[in-house]
Amino acid sequence: MQVHPFILLPSYFILGLLKAHSLLSNRSEGTKTMSMMGRLAAFAKDNRFAAPASALFFGLLALPFMGLARASILALAVLIFRLAAIFGRVPQGLRLPHGLGRAKTFFANLPPAATSSAPLLLVALLAGMAFILDPYTLDVATTACIYALLALGLNIVVGMAGLLVLGFAAFYGVGAYAYAILNTHYGLGFWTCLPIGGGLAALFGLLLGLPTLRLRGDYLAIVTLGFGEITRITLNNWDSLTNGPNGILGVAPPSLFGFSFDHPRHYFLLALALVSISVFVLNRLDKSRIGRAWVAMREDETAAEAMGVPTLRLKLLAFSLAAFWGGVAGVFFAGKQLFVSPESFNFLESVMVLCMVVLGGMGSVPGAVLGAVLLSFLPEVLRGVEEYRLLAFGLAMVLMMRYRPSGIWPEAHRVLESREAPRG
Amino acid sequence: MTGPGAQLLQQVINGLAVGAVYALIALGYTMVYGIIELINFAHGEIYMMGAYAGIIILSALLALGAPLGWALIMAFLASMLLTGLYGVATERLAYRPLRGASRLAPLISALGMSIFFQQYVLLSQGARDKIFPVELSSGGFAAAGVKVSYIQAAILLVATILMAGLTAFVQRTRMGRAMRASAQDPCMASLSGVPVNSVIAMTFFIGSALAAVAGFMIAMYYGKVNYLVGYIAGLKAFVAAVLGGIGNIPGAMVGGLVLGVVESLAAGYIGGEYKDVVAFGILIAVLIARPEGLMGTRLPEKV
Amino acid sequence: MAEALVLKGLTMRFQGLHALEDFDLAVHEGEIVSLIGPNGAGKTTVFNCVTGHYPPTGGEVVFMGRRLNGLPPHRITKLGLVRTFQNIRLFGSMSVLENVMVGRHCRSRAGAFSAMFALPSAALEERAIREKARALLAFVGLQDRERARAMDMPYGGQRRLEIARALAAEPRLLCLDEPAAGMNPSETGGLMELISKVRGLGVTVFLIEHHMRLVMGISDRVAVLDHGVKIAEGPPAQIQHNAKVIEAYLGQEAASAED
Repeated sequence: MQVHPFILLPSYFILGLLKAHSLLSNRSEGTKTMSMMGRLAAFAKDNRFAAPASALFFGLLALPFMGLARASILALAVLIFRLAAIFGRVPQGLRLPHGLGRAKTFFANLPPAATSSAPLLLVALLAGMAFILDPYTLDVATTACIYALLALGLNIVVGMAGLLVLGFAAFYGVGAYAYAILNTHYGLGFWTCLPIGGGLAALFGLLLGLPTLRLRGDYLAIVTLGFGEITRITLNNWDSLTNGPNGILGVAPPSLFGFSFDHPRHYFLLALALVSISVFVLNRLDKSRIGRAWVAMREDETAAEAMGVPTLRLKLLAFSLAAFWGGVAGVFFAGKQLFVSPESFNFLESVMVLCMVVLGGMGSVPGAVLGAVLLSFLPEVLRGVEEYRLLAFGLAMVLMMRYRPSGIWPEAHRVLESREAPRG
Repeated sequence: MTGPGAQLLQQVINGLAVGAVYALIALGYTMVYGIIELINFAHGEIYMMGAYAGIIILSALLALGAPLGWALIMAFLASMLLTGLYGVATERLAYRPLRGASRLAPLISALGMSIFFQQYVLLSQGARDKIFPVELSSGGFAAAGVKVSYIQAAILLVATILMAGLTAFVQRTRMGRAMRASAQDPCMASLSGVPVNSVIAMTFFIGSALAAVAGFMIAMYYGKVNYLVGYIAGLKAFVAAVLGGIGNIPGAMVGGLVLGVVESLAAGYIGGEYKDVVAFGILIAVLIARPEGLMGTRLPEKV
Repeated sequence: MAEALVLKGLTMRFQGLHALEDFDLAVHEGEIVSLIGPNGAGKTTVFNCVTGHYPPTGGEVVFMGRRLNGLPPHRITKLGLVRTFQNIRLFGSMSVLENVMVGRHCRSRAGAFSAMFALPSAALEERAIREKARALLAFVGLQDRERARAMDMPYGGQRRLEIARALAAEPRLLCLDEPAAGMNPSETGGLMELISKVRGLGVTVFLIEHHMRLVMGISDRVAVLDHGVKIAEGPPAQIQHNAKVIEAYLGQEAASAED
């Protein structure tokens, strides 16, 4: 039986985690315990048995799901990895890839005039690329821009304000449906609908936020998840307005001064403009009094409130601004696809955007864009193994939290890190 | 005779059977939350994996020629054990290293585990429904137009036994006491010699094993499962846990049953497609009106 | 002297536990008043009720002639009643300077819109916030550490930073919750000077403290809590010789000796 390397890859990751953890964990922990559990834990800690025991453990866990052959190979891989880990060293944290680290120092050492003009140069360069790249690549790049808008929005609420929102796709959907319905029913144009869609989504955010924002963070996550589901189910069933699961066809493309968008290049340029403006604006916001208050709230809500930060109002602001960006991304999406259906706004879409924010670095504006670009181009790079994409995403979220919670491009100054060293 | 009264009663009974399953899953959320204050997003997937494990082991046993009764019991127990160990491994690999990190980190890690497990089952078992290998009797007890199928009766019976067992375990045994101590104050418990790490592992084991029971019985009830069932069932069970007051064991049981019945009535009288909306509506209403749940007590947050 | 803070019959019960019972106290403008008492006597509960973190079960909190009951903490801060925390609560991953800048939040007004579009008013205000924060860091002696992460600061520095952050909100009354906890004698001496300097700014100080040399050294008046009830109030010299106070403290020591 042939074993796909991508089955093994995750196991390597998991084992890395396990090993690093057991290195960190305190060996002198009391073993004078009362139960089987304690004795089992002590047994698992003993290095002589640890490697074969964990190999057997994971092999058995995988057996019913993966079958004997694959499970044996997994167990063997575990054994080899753990034995190797005893003799070799296991990285304790993920460092930046060399190139990126060097690039960051390079940019940090540039004279101020150069750093302030660098983003403009980058945008100009990308805009120039629009005339060189083939339509397919441009299409992917446009999708990356849509995700960048979504990630920038979600980053406001998750990254800066520290509120986990799991139903973000709902706001995306509200924006997309707003344009689709207003356009097909009332003939409103793209540019009119862009602020309307954003505003409507912001209103939804406000309505959801008002009753729920007093809740503790983890409840909020679930409520927003439920809200996302309710939105999708409603879109699916409100036939008279949304045409149900069939979606809405025949949405008009955007046009500017009588010039209609009909080439991927046009869409890319428009998307690039939207992302550039967003990055500029959100960077300002992040460094402002409001951004600072959000981060303070994320760090310690009680203290922030005691320092005069009206936390409830700021949460609402974060919520509605994030929703606004989601809505704008949705309008653009509808204008590009010329078709909307409920399935584009499901839970996995929310998770994907969250993954981008986490990967890029929670709270970091450039990080959100970077995460979106990386994850949008990833499937193109990994042709043929696309079905492992979500598996890898899930794993990446776990690993990022463990080894590099601040992401690839952490926010300046304030680094999201553990308050104390992880204990065993 | 099927009058409106009988129809109502029938909906309530159907609701109780599904609610018992929600309650079993909700226990896992509530126990874990009680001790480490984490919403274990992967718990729904654990339930789904329990159902898969049960079907796979049962099929294997039947293929080896085991008699049906024994095969059922063995598959039942084996899936509990296996799924329980999955829960323990999840805690150990994805949550324990993050203790003391920011509040968001474990939640995101849990979400990552949930997606990982869902994809793990999809990739190893395929997207098609997994069919329960034996056709169980569709008969049951019937009276006055109301029918209780054998499977429904079995679900209610098993759930009752397990809940009673869990209550006795938590109230009477040393480990149960250690659990309650750790839920009250993990730091203090650890100072008084309670091995908190083992207690947490045990909590994950029990919670996951109960979810496996729920999965196995739902597989019997509907005759099939799918890799996607964990997501929605997990959400429902979470609603049940919140309804009863998260962290509160009897609350989770009551919450599950109440949710099952309400949902069944909503499906019967409003329409099936909005069943899920009703569940989330309940969640939001409870969180706003009485965040401590039906059976919880409100405590001021420590400043 | 005008009364800055008046507590009338303040009562707090947690599910039958009487944390605070019928507590009366008046703090006059420009005074330093200390609240002392054995552990668990309800001192922090007083602060939590005053600053809006707990809704008191009974009684009244009046600040500068205004009733505070029911107001959320940020409103109370904006009125000029600012606190620090017993267990230091800084914004750990923000820089020292940013921590103080957050304290300016309620004294500034730029909204999201003006920040996003870089309106000149927002830029001006931001510069003013930064200057004020720098000045306060210099005031507490942390001017060299502004770029450090708050959580990397030494303990004494964190205590001072918390005071600077509170001062940034321009308090008229500053509530300090055990600012000397965990400090060595020389740090405590420095803190005493700092508190006197704060009073010199015209800020009234309401202090919870265990450190008797500090309390007796700088307080104008001292109130003593035991089991949620005020057992004495008066000038430091008088409190030091109060029989009830001595009993409350010795009784506690005797009880802890039995343990």
